[in-house]
Amino acid sequence: MKVVILGATRGMGRALARKMAARGDRLFLLGRDRNALDRSAQDLKALGGAEVGTSHCDLEQPDGFAAALAAAETALGGFDTVVVTAALFAPQDELERDHLLSRRLLDVNFTRTIEFCEEARRRLTGGGGGTLCVFSSVAGERGRKPVVLYGAAKAGLSHYLEGLDHKFRSMGLKTVCVKPGFVKTDMTAGLDRPPFSGEPEKIAPRVLRAIDRGRPVVYVPPPWRWIMLVIRNLPRAIMRKVGF
Amino acid sequence: MATPTRILRGWGGTSAPGEEILGENLEEIARDAVLTRGLGRSYGDSSLPPPGAHKVAGSTRADQILLFDEADGLLRGEAGVSLAKIQRVILPRGWSFPVLPGTQYVTLGGMVAADVHGKNHHVDGTIGRHVQSLRLLLADGRVVRCSREERADLFRATLGGMGLTGHILEAEVRLQPIPSPWIWAETQRVESLEDLILGLRTAASDWPFTVGWLDALATGRGLGRGILIRGRWAEKNEAPTNPPAEKHRMSVPFYCPGWLLNRVSMRAFNTLYFRRHPRRLKAGIRHPESFFHPLDAVSRWNRIYGRRGFTQHQCVLPETERPGATRRFLESLVSSRAGSFLCVIKDCGEVGEGLLSFPRPGISIAVDLQIKRTTQEIVNQLNRRVIAEGGRIYLTKDSLTRRDHFAAMEPRLEAFDAARRRWDPERRLQSAQSVRLLEQAR
Repeated sequence: MKVVILGATRGMGRALARKMAARGDRLFLLGRDRNALDRSAQDLKALGGAEVGTSHCDLEQPDGFAAALAAAETALGGFDTVVVTAALFAPQDELERDHLLSRRLLDVNFTRTIEFCEEARRRLTGGGGGTLCVFSSVAGERGRKPVVLYGAAKAGLSHYLEGLDHKFRSMGLKTVCVKPGFVKTDMTAGLDRPPFSGEPEKIAPRVLRAIDRGRPVVYVPPPWRWIMLVIRNLPRAIMRKVGF
Repeated sequence: MATPTRILRGWGGTSAPGEEILGENLEEIARDAVLTRGLGRSYGDSSLPPPGAHKVAGSTRADQILLFDEADGLLRGEAGVSLAKIQRVILPRGWSFPVLPGTQYVTLGGMVAADVHGKNHHVDGTIGRHVQSLRLLLADGRVVRCSREERADLFRATLGGMGLTGHILEAEVRLQPIPSPWIWAETQRVESLEDLILGLRTAASDWPFTVGWLDALATGRGLGRGILIRGRWAEKNEAPTNPPAEKHRMSVPFYCPGWLLNRVSMRAFNTLYFRRHPRRLKAGIRHPESFFHPLDAVSRWNRIYGRRGFTQHQCVLPETERPGATRRFLESLVSSRAGSFLCVIKDCGEVGEGLLSFPRPGISIAVDLQIKRTTQEIVNQLNRRVIAEGGRIYLTKDSLTRRDHFAAMEPRLEAFDAARRRWDPERRLQSAQSVRLLEQAR
């Protein structure tokens, strides 16, 4: 595979990129911290042997999306897979207090991410198809107290990805929507860990398999699929009472 | 940034209240930490916070390889990169890490802080010899590089300095070229301690890797019987053409009951292990992991000792200056009726540069001791022996040595303390072990 990853310097993106590099996939990294990009590129080059290119790309600067993906196209000689793991996170109470932060989070996690995906979609379908793998969240499965705003943006993102899948699969574009439950990364550090929380290294192989098979939705760690099935079907009266 | 855990443990089970802060940016998370810890494989309290402090930075997510120069054999990595990852990357490409300790589940930073040694100590010294430079976060918040040319005193104090001179952020290490990633090994049954020591000495001139396992439960003339192991990297023409496959691991899923290891079961195991080896020499190609890190075959093997855990007493004795020191030490162990499940012996080469580096010329001997009511007294007794013979102990394994015993073994303590006074005058960096053994009354 020839893969462009937005968000490979940290957390789940880092773990996934390592898996890909180790099996010989060609990688190109996009991110906003140039120093972190360089370091990750070195690490991935050591794992896989091949050079790993990088380009600056910030989800808050949509004008740079086309140039960043064009740079990836040039470096890789075209790509067939785009992965987006980058996103913002903040606890609900913090977002309620700080409306600028919540505007920024909604903007990045929904509007800008979709703008980036649109740019990637045009290039992938233009090149004859490929895979677009985007990290959404189980937070988008149902309106819940701890993730009212974050979850709303992720719900919108998941919906968008489902729509893409329906519309473009026949044209060769496979969409993979990853729905992580709780994964122990820097993003979730400091939060209380629920049961079935996962390690990035453990979930990366599952995501990679979903990409290889073009599965439209994948829950990681796997038990979250069943947890969310229950939560989606809980009556409102109960959801209103419980804290999750 | 917090990943709260209320209790932190060393590999042997020694515990302290504390919290390990994990993160990909070690420089950031180490800023208000009293110490950085890696994979927590030091047996005792080296990686635990001192009483009163709480936060320890965990380096394991700062695990990137920042440079692997395949032409020159140079590797620079973040402190948290594990030896397992390094070897997985470099072995298939003709290089090995220059020093391989008993487990590969250790971090680069941890190896530097403990100035680890391996089966090749008699020729290649400790890891310190191969470290080119370090990047440290000092106690005062500055990030500096140090090497033999730059801040040489800080560099020397940090090799084997147990993380007390600064948070190790990155290390650059010169690698060793290898003809193949496989090992040619020979093992041999040896009927006495003296033969084992002689065997180690004789093998030292021809073999880069030597070590001995010995039965510390056999009594009388059998005391110190064991198996001599020697090896070298296999030449291209004798090695399999495929790279060594990843090994499957068993795991100890829970703490075994404390009585599982007792004199009878340990003696049975040791006798069996000894007898199972044929009388003739065994030679052949070995997987590098099973040769260098046999215990890694069972993950979490520390749980076989039960919840009370265990300690390892590892010392080095000047056998050349004081012939018979190793036997006297073993006899002291036997008379204490301690019983050690696992006993490893190795001849050491030259002293390293590290101010507190453990190895010195002589015989290093490591014994595992289950924690019981009597263990403290046994360790005291062993340490009195070590002092009498002019040897010293390995901090990385220790949890029970008394401060006065340690001071009696370590004339170098003053120099190390001076280095800490210079680089951390306010003593912001401490560990449970440093408070127990090193902090002077001030």
